[in-house]
Amino acid sequence: MRIPRATRSSTTVAQLLVLSLTVTALACGKKKPPVVRPVPPPPSTQAAPTKPPAPPEPVAEPTIVPPEPMKEDKIAAASLDDLNRSSPLKPVFFAFDSAEVDQTGQAALNENAAIMKKYPSWSVTIEGHCDERGTAEYNLALGERRAVSARTYLLSLGIPADRLRTVSYGKEFPFDPGHDEAAWTKNRRAHFVITAK
Amino acid sequence: MKLTLRFAAGMAIAGAIGLAASEPHWSAAAPQQTPPATQPPPTQPQEVTTTIRIGGGGAPPRFAVPDFIALSSDTETIAIGKTVAQVLWDDFTFEREFSMIPRDTYTTIPAATSLTDLPFDRWRELGADGVVIGTVQKTGSGVRVQVRLYEIAMRRSVFGQEYAGGAGSARLYAHTIADEIHQQQRGLRGVARTKLAFDSDRSGERMSGTVENRGVKEIFISDYDGENQRQVTTNRSLNITATWSPDGRSIAYTSYRRGLPNIFISNIYQGTMEEMTKNAESNFLPAWSPDGTRVCFMSNRDGNPEIYVANRDGSNVRRLTNHPANDVTCTWSPSGTEIAFTSDRTGSPQIYVVGVDGLGLQKITSEPYCDRPTWSPAPYNEIAYSARTGPGQDIKVIDLTTRQVRQLTFGEGSNESPSWAPNGRHVAFMSTRAGKHQIFTIARDGKEVRQVTKLGNNYQPDWSK
Repeated sequence: MRIPRATRSSTTVAQLLVLSLTVTALACGKKKPPVVRPVPPPPSTQAAPTKPPAPPEPVAEPTIVPPEPMKEDKIAAASLDDLNRSSPLKPVFFAFDSAEVDQTGQAALNENAAIMKKYPSWSVTIEGHCDERGTAEYNLALGERRAVSARTYLLSLGIPADRLRTVSYGKEFPFDPGHDEAAWTKNRRAHFVITAK
Repeated sequence: MKLTLRFAAGMAIAGAIGLAASEPHWSAAAPQQTPPATQPPPTQPQEVTTTIRIGGGGAPPRFAVPDFIALSSDTETIAIGKTVAQVLWDDFTFEREFSMIPRDTYTTIPAATSLTDLPFDRWRELGADGVVIGTVQKTGSGVRVQVRLYEIAMRRSVFGQEYAGGAGSARLYAHTIADEIHQQQRGLRGVARTKLAFDSDRSGERMSGTVENRGVKEIFISDYDGENQRQVTTNRSLNITATWSPDGRSIAYTSYRRGLPNIFISNIYQGTMEEMTKNAESNFLPAWSPDGTRVCFMSNRDGNPEIYVANRDGSNVRRLTNHPANDVTCTWSPSGTEIAFTSDRTGSPQIYVVGVDGLGLQKITSEPYCDRPTWSPAPYNEIAYSARTGPGQDIKVIDLTTRQVRQLTFGEGSNESPSWAPNGRHVAFMSTRAGKHQIFTIARDGKEVRQVTKLGNNYQPDWSK
């Protein structure tokens, strides 16, 4: 957005070049006697007057476009803890005993990918979680698969692999401590934690 | 602090009976053991030279264990005498080799004052086939415990032993006597001196560094009966899936203390810790080979949960499974030549067996959902596992020879994470039957359910070898 310095300096060089060529032409005219003959148009001096120099004003005083958005970006300004407390990254929910990302999950991941592209410095850990049914041991693998499924989908959307880690917590950390389908639905999830910004 | 506590724990165990925790050096029942040169010669009575078994092989012989006789009248010695007798009675009850006569029915029988004045007729009237009596005597450095097993019908001692050690380990004297009498009388390897490892949230501490409110779990150990509980890890993160090394001196477990789950080994009598897997990926669920030199575990290091085998120092990692499905929860066969694990390659988790060379894969179960296989010790050739039977899980056992399945629990809460006792006669498991998550033990026939833990929630028991 800023006007690069290189553009400004090259414009100045062009102006100096036009000036010096004009001075040279005038000096030559004074020394030599007048001869009546058609003077072939000097290609360089001819080109100079026909091509007007670039207008200096916008170069000298470019419109300042600040590197950060002018309006306040609450997401960019928030601390990591605050970010994760009300995360802009949406969880992905899974069916019972499944690690497949369904259409709703894909929509959530599309939004997450857009946010991660907007904030390219963020690193994210994807946590895989399970509901309380099934064994603690197998759920460690199932949680791993859920996290990996979400990661694979984000990779396919162009998020670099080194920004995405996975960790499985199996059924160790339910988000809803209840023992019914409503709780289980919330607990079968890939949860996104921003670890660096 | 941590080191001191662990060291103290080790000393308490090792110091209770002479020098060695598992090998008492006065041992009439094991004459092949040579006492250490620095120890005094055995002082046990020499009249016990041949094994006389009480009971003819029909109904289990009826045994009684009155309070051990305090040879001094101080309260500590009297208390040790009561504790040794009660724990011994409990240990016998646990193995069910003897029919134990309730201790509150002995009150009419005059208490013996020495090891030789047993009122045989009175014990015979009570129906006792055998009576275990003993004495507790204070010594300069602790106590001396003498014990006799009397065959009532023949009025003779069939087992005699003497122990010396610290005064603070009454339970360990009892456990040692129980194991030795089981061995001598029944040829049985008792489990009275074995231990359980498990993880617990009892501290109520919360993990730091997370926005969500997440509780920590630490590794604990206890005696097989739930007594003598001690904390092994103190890192305030998630520490789960503890497993005993075959020599009982180390515990491998999954710890999230560095963020990602990795396998750590705590050497509980040295107070030292090893990081077995140090790579950046996740590693879970260690299980020791029977010789203790190798560990199998689950890792996502190749992008997918697979089973790996490595040396206990983490070197020489070899991938055992290779399938896009989840392969998880490994256990070794007693011979160390095969590994059972869980895989959902058919769509639901089932138990499989494969050679340690990766060959000879067999699917073992065909049920809706099976996990946490645990291979029985010899002579049984069985795998216990947790099966989905309804809203929760139940413990089942499959005989690998006949492929017959039997069930140990029947819907009393959810029942998970079975682990065999080293003699194959019991299974420890986690159950929600008492409300929270607690550790229980159950006999291999589904009887004798005992609750081992009560404090907080406790998960994933592993029985020492």
